[in-house]
Amino acid sequence: MKSEYDVVVIGAGPAGSIAAKTAAKKGLDVLLIEKRQEIGDPVRCAEGVSKIWLRKHIEPDHRWICADLKGSRIFSPDGTMIEMAEEIAGGEVGYVLERKIFDRALAYESAKAGVEVMVKTRALDLIIENGFIKGVKVMHLGETYDISSKIVIAADGVESKVGRWAGIDTSIKPSDIETCAQYLMSGTGIDQNYCYFHIGNEIAPGGYVWIFPKGGDLANVGIGILGSKSGEKHAVDYLNEFIEKNYPNARTLEMDVGGVPVCGSIDKTITNGLMLVGDAARQSDPITGGGIINAMEAGKIAGEVAYNAISKGDVSINALKEYEDRWRAKIGHEIDNSLMVKDIFIKFTDPEINSLAHSLEKVNFSSMSLLDLLYALFKANKKLLWDLRVLFKNVIKYDMDFER
Amino acid sequence: MVTVVVNKFKCGYCGACVSVCPTGALELVETWIDVSEMCTACGICVRICPVGAIEVEK
Repeated sequence: MKSEYDVVVIGAGPAGSIAAKTAAKKGLDVLLIEKRQEIGDPVRCAEGVSKIWLRKHIEPDHRWICADLKGSRIFSPDGTMIEMAEEIAGGEVGYVLERKIFDRALAYESAKAGVEVMVKTRALDLIIENGFIKGVKVMHLGETYDISSKIVIAADGVESKVGRWAGIDTSIKPSDIETCAQYLMSGTGIDQNYCYFHIGNEIAPGGYVWIFPKGGDLANVGIGILGSKSGEKHAVDYLNEFIEKNYPNARTLEMDVGGVPVCGSIDKTITNGLMLVGDAARQSDPITGGGIINAMEAGKIAGEVAYNAISKGDVSINALKEYEDRWRAKIGHEIDNSLMVKDIFIKFTDPEINSLAHSLEKVNFSSMSLLDLLYALFKANKKLLWDLRVLFKNVIKYDMDFER
Repeated sequence: MVTVVVNKFKCGYCGACVSVCPTGALELVETWIDVSEMCTACGICVRICPVGAIEVEK
């Protein structure tokens, strides 16, 4: 570890590793720090990801792919199933990842691009001079060090403090977070080609239960509930009830917990010398909770903008506005649309959700796009879903893809 | 002083509590949650913890 770099990236998840790699490939001197001793562990993710979007950032590798997805099966509270599957031959559209291996592979890519990677190294505070972020105070194995940099990229996850240290309020309201628990289980008996979703206020208030195949007879069985509906019972209690009822004989091999921001895009993700990316910038999708692809998209843009700004010798908020503008153009519209959908759907009662599911019983889906599902729902339930009409105007305008 | 206590035997150190803390009193260090004197014991973290590992200390 040196005392000075062009860029310090805090956090070696997908956002941080892609940002670091991108900046290093442009020729910048980059340090990537990770507070944990193992990159990618513990997992805080259901691990599903869209194939097309993933390929834009890394060539798929069997070492970190557990399952190929052909489609989704969504269950309403009364058990009505909506199946969405790709009809094209061999049309797997998504992967279920092994994040522990995947995250380390991304960090490895950044190391190969010239990034210096340090684990067990935690950011303690920012170094701020004349209103500019000038570096990071870190702790490594109990010793503190001051590291100066021209730009800091904060990819420090849902628990991010870097934004707050720089005066950007990134705190989340209970109604804007999904609180989640998940078990990796053997013996659920699910079809490994499908991901399963169970919706309903009784089983998962303000959220859903997911079952994602992990290869062999394994699956991630998890739940997210809206923070504002948690308290009396917590996410893990709802999950245990669901498993007790549906998979009493399945065996648990791993337990994961986490919080997923569903607040939609925040007002500000930059200041002089600083960019926030990924979950730290609350860029996860408010309806699916997916965050990997958005994190990688934003990380790539941040790496490029770091290079542009440093090349021009201007790392002020004005120069970094390029990052803010570009990530909003690329993923911001979809995040905002998903927020609108989330706000409509969390208000539905279980009988309303059942009636929505029944309205789709005769619809054949030839894709697993969430947008196709919403459009079919809208066509059949215009009165109930009238607020969604804006969405379908935007579809054409922004060419949205919900399958991230 | 009122504050919150984290049951380290239950905690999965996911950091969800840190993100909802309105005063920035919590910090996910490596495998544990640090609670600073800025904690007002508002109880938001108690509510949202996925495993119910946090309690307000009376």
